[in-house]
Amino acid sequence: MAAPITHQDVRELGDYVAGAMAGDVVEHRVALGELTLRTKPPSIPKVLRFLRDDSNCLFKILIDICGVDYPDRQPRFEVVYHLLSLRHNHRVRVKVEIGEDEAVPSATGLFNAAGWFEREAWDLYGIFFSDHPDLRRLLTDYGFEGHPMRKDFPLTGYVEVRYDDEQKRVVYEPVKLVQEFRSFDFLSPWEGMARSLPGDEKAGKERS
Amino acid sequence: MTEVQIKPVTMNFGPQHPAAHGVLRLVMELDGEVVQRIDPHIGLLHRGTEKLIEHKTYIQAIPYFDRLDYVSPMCQEHAFVIAVERLLGLEVPLRGQYIRVLFDELTRILNHLLNIPAYAMDVGAMTPFLWCFEQREMLMEFYERVSGARMHASYYRPGGVHQDLPAGLLDDIGAWAGKFPKVIADIDGLLTENRIFKQRLVDIGIVSAEDAADWGFTGPMLRASGVPWDLRKSQPYMVYDRMKFDIPTGRHGDCYDRYLVRMEEMRQSLRIVNQCIAEMPGGPATSDDRKITPPRREDMKHSMEALIHHFKLYTEGFHVPAGEVYAAVEAPKGEFGVYLVSDGGNRPYRCKIRAPGFAHLQAMEFCSRGHMLADTVAILGSMDIVFGEVDR
Repeated sequence: MAAPITHQDVRELGDYVAGAMAGDVVEHRVALGELTLRTKPPSIPKVLRFLRDDSNCLFKILIDICGVDYPDRQPRFEVVYHLLSLRHNHRVRVKVEIGEDEAVPSATGLFNAAGWFEREAWDLYGIFFSDHPDLRRLLTDYGFEGHPMRKDFPLTGYVEVRYDDEQKRVVYEPVKLVQEFRSFDFLSPWEGMARSLPGDEKAGKERS
Repeated sequence: MTEVQIKPVTMNFGPQHPAAHGVLRLVMELDGEVVQRIDPHIGLLHRGTEKLIEHKTYIQAIPYFDRLDYVSPMCQEHAFVIAVERLLGLEVPLRGQYIRVLFDELTRILNHLLNIPAYAMDVGAMTPFLWCFEQREMLMEFYERVSGARMHASYYRPGGVHQDLPAGLLDDIGAWAGKFPKVIADIDGLLTENRIFKQRLVDIGIVSAEDAADWGFTGPMLRASGVPWDLRKSQPYMVYDRMKFDIPTGRHGDCYDRYLVRMEEMRQSLRIVNQCIAEMPGGPATSDDRKITPPRREDMKHSMEALIHHFKLYTEGFHVPAGEVYAAVEAPKGEFGVYLVSDGGNRPYRCKIRAPGFAHLQAMEFCSRGHMLADTVAILGSMDIVFGEVDR
């Protein structure tokens, strides 16, 4: 089994991948001991293939694909891939930014595991994956409309269901809240205490 | 007589079926009794956990993790809590780390004590279920003594655990651990060499090591295919690097090997439990960072400062520095990971939960194609699926 990871290894791996994929990896960064590569949507299959097959990487396990929504940014979404290398005991995170009406090339051709993760991202965020063999909704109800994990989708949703005894079936109705949705703003209006107390500014000052 | 082309039969399995382990709907295409295609429909237990967590403070988010995989609650809390600690840069005192490892392993036994007999019941054995649930009840009593709840404990907190162990608990766990090998031996005697059990499991749902990696398998599913991969050994968290235990692996990657791996894992977990009890250090169980961990009840009676901290922590909560982190633990079912993005506020900006069962269930079609209809139940049982975590 491989030796435990050190920060040095992670940085070296980042430099190596960025060097080998100079045109495709836009940025590489190590934060909290984790390597993050940023790339462009068309390069995704190329980068993932390199990470999977290169003998210094061998990231054979696709751990996760997920979307993140940043409504204020342009492009709006981020797709985050997490990969794991059993051989070298490394993890890597690959990120791409993608707009609302753009498509990310699917990773299903490289990893079988990508199928459901991409379906989930499509379902919850509306991120479109091109060349996905079966891009249907996964987690939400049959006939559901909208993408619930987007930040502009309300927590309560738009419809609620109940069993109607007269019609003998489940009916969908617009959400009626018995009580207003309570979202408290707990954020403190105070800035908190400053580093140096008033009248104490000179205490920590370096004298020449 | 002329040959007649028979159209494949489309059959619906579930969502209400005892062998579906919850609310799974499988749309199967059968050629006679042989499975040709399976389309699992999941999401019937989708509760929007990730969305809810975005609207809660970090401490309020912990109970949601108990409700994902509801047979191994504490391991999942552990992943989230580690993620928060990494973002905060918070250290856990040694006693807290030992308590967490102890309860992680009790949780693993708790999980396997559900999976193995439920699996045996799927393929026809009733007795192990009753025997194992008696043991589960004892383990849940330990849960209750540390947290007040039998299942949804919410016991791990950023910086340690909610409260130190009550007096006498370690002795009682030790006494239980002394008797438990007999129980494992009993189950072993009932199942391992049982002719019916072997007939249903051996050479069913074989997955090679390459395929297991390609489908994103982790945990016992990957180990049964012969890959000695365990996060407790390869990327140790808490005090796992001080523990002596072995990683069982299978050789064939079939349902029977997965059963054997889980049986051996219970024995290894028991070793870790015994080591934790023997080595349990003194000192605090929770970090003394007052801006993160709430003050003790006694202090609040006479310290104004403690009262303010308590009020602030349970309304506003603590703020987590902006950043992103992926923390994974070896949950009983496989790698359970939490990808946490913080924008510097008191609520997670994004909390993606990576459930092992999600990846395993995805390979359902791959594992069952060409098998008989009855074998799908055996394959499903060997994957150890719990819908709380698959649907989230």
